[in-house]
Amino acid sequence: MNSNGFASYFQFSNVNWANMGQATWETVWMTVVSIIVVTILGILLGLVLFETNGSSSILIKILNWIVAAFVNIFRSIPFIILIVLLLPTTQLIMGTIIGPQAALPSLIISAAPFYARLVEIAFHEIDHGVIEAAEAMGATKWQIILKVLLPESMPALVSGITVTAISLIGYTAMAGAIGAGGLGNLAYLDGFQASNNAVTLMATVIIVLIVFVFQYLGDFAVKRIDKR
Amino acid sequence: MIEFKNVSKTFTAKEGTVHAVKDVNLTIPDGKIYGIVGYSGAGKSTIIRMLNGLEFPTTGSVTINGSEISSLKGKELREQRLKIGMVFQHFNLLWSRTVLENIEFPLEIAKVAKEERRQKAQKLVALVGLEGRENAYPSELSGGQKQRVGIARALANDPEILLSDEATSALDPQTTDEVLDLLIDINKKLNLTVVVITHEMHVIRKICDHVAVLDAGKIVEQGPVLDVFKNPQQAITKRFVNQETSSASLDDTTVVVSELLEKYPNGLIVRLTFHGDQAKLPIVSEMLRQFPDVDLSIIEGNIHQTQEGALGSLYIQLLSEHHDSLQGALEYFNTMRVETEVIKREQ
Ligand SMILES: Nc1ncnc2c1ncn2[C@@H]1O[C@H](COP(=O)(O)OP(=O)(O)OP(=O)(O)O)[C@@H](O)[C@H]1O
Ligand SMILES: [Mg+2]
Repeated sequence: MNSNGFASYFQFSNVNWANMGQATWETVWMTVVSIIVVTILGILLGLVLFETNGSSSILIKILNWIVAAFVNIFRSIPFIILIVLLLPTTQLIMGTIIGPQAALPSLIISAAPFYARLVEIAFHEIDHGVIEAAEAMGATKWQIILKVLLPESMPALVSGITVTAISLIGYTAMAGAIGAGGLGNLAYLDGFQASNNAVTLMATVIIVLIVFVFQYLGDFAVKRIDKR
Repeated sequence: MIEFKNVSKTFTAKEGTVHAVKDVNLTIPDGKIYGIVGYSGAGKSTIIRMLNGLEFPTTGSVTINGSEISSLKGKELREQRLKIGMVFQHFNLLWSRTVLENIEFPLEIAKVAKEERRQKAQKLVALVGLEGRENAYPSELSGGQKQRVGIARALANDPEILLSDEATSALDPQTTDEVLDLLIDINKKLNLTVVVITHEMHVIRKICDHVAVLDAGKIVEQGPVLDVFKNPQQAITKRFVNQETSSASLDDTTVVVSELLEKYPNGLIVRLTFHGDQAKLPIVSEMLRQFPDVDLSIIEGNIHQTQEGALGSLYIQLLSEHHDSLQGALEYFNTMRVETEVIKREQ
């Protein structure tokens, strides 16, 4: 095998398609499971940030400060360091530090704060007059959240999920490099360490396709729901 | 009945304290359209927002039928709010909902059953004249149509009071008049109290029964619309009234009047004010018949429709050899209950 020649990219006979299929599935699985959890967590955190913003009560100010600090700290830790940092926690929660499940805690903890900020921004972009109109009609806080905040910011929430999902796909590849499975893992082990460029190329192509699919689905959904 | 008693409101902003409302006393009778007019920043929105607890007075009390809004909290306040509809300058519709869904929104808040919501919303669509547009989104509507949705939405929970914060300020004159007609119609049909705030005297003249003039947080003048139009007391009120009754022609009239006064020092320039049914009677021609030696020329005239009937003013010049005839003519007008004002030459 020759890892230097350009032609090596196209030695597809060296690709183990069963492994490639398995790795693709693992990447998609990691992305989808973590995006589901991230969406829920991110919306909750974003809501807390939005609702506690600018309050005059000391307790609420403290809550805002804690959540903001959590969000800011975990958003600034580089992902590769976060995985290593969280190894003991991962072991504790998932019972293993290998395989797709083991990647979930780090994926979620790094993406949820990112999405929470997008959610907060999306809520702030809602016309304040509309929220006030709901208040004037006698709406409760929960009614405002469920009937105004979420539906009125839906396009921004969905495009935020798309952006987050795409960066999550990148993170899964990074996590894969240190043992989490998926296409990143395959590209690293079979592609880089075994000097099999065709595997690396195939993994790349599949990842790009996955990104395109997510982007397309996101754009399509936004177009459907945005009636502005 | 709505009552404001010694209501003041101060805001503490970074730049210092703002006295937005100063010692306001107002009584708004049931079933009437009450207008509050004032320039930008006068405190109009602050006053109207105290009626549904979007703002609370710093001192004083705001009561609706005896219950004090300013002391309500939580559930009680929300229940009170269900009985007060509000229409906004910028409509504040939910873009994510259709016309029908927007109108159902306050009904959802009041936890009305789905079937009933639909029926109610359909009725309101008809009331505001939006049949056929039920499934349109706000982005597909014109400003006037959006405000119709806003009005229908405000009426959904059968409120006792309808608040309108500059509801027509974002609309063109034609659409403004359509929306104002709708408000009169609703006031008559549903017999609810309407509180209108505006900076346009046109709105007051067209739909209000009573008016209060707000200047820098204070009410400087209030009364029945016709009285205020006929006989404005304060300088600011005169400015508002002039804005509506004489538009651009006032300056031209003054020029013509002073020219005529110079040319015919013995003639009289008279401003006649007609209101109600007199505006429709041939009073001037009757006067000419009674005093055949009087010559008359018309300088300027206009007529406006108010809630209590027509209000007209007419500037005329009266010339005669006989001073008595001129006096007689004036007396005749007065007996016909037409107000006369003899314009003197400015010194
Ligand atoms: N939340 C607030 N904080 C600080 N100052 C405020 C606040 N709300 C209103 N004010 C001030 O109170 C005064 C009255 O405001 P208000 O909105 O009632 O005026 P308005 O008559 O409705 O004016 P416009 O015709 O422009 O709507 C203004 O000087 C305004 O700056
Ligand atoms: Mg205002």
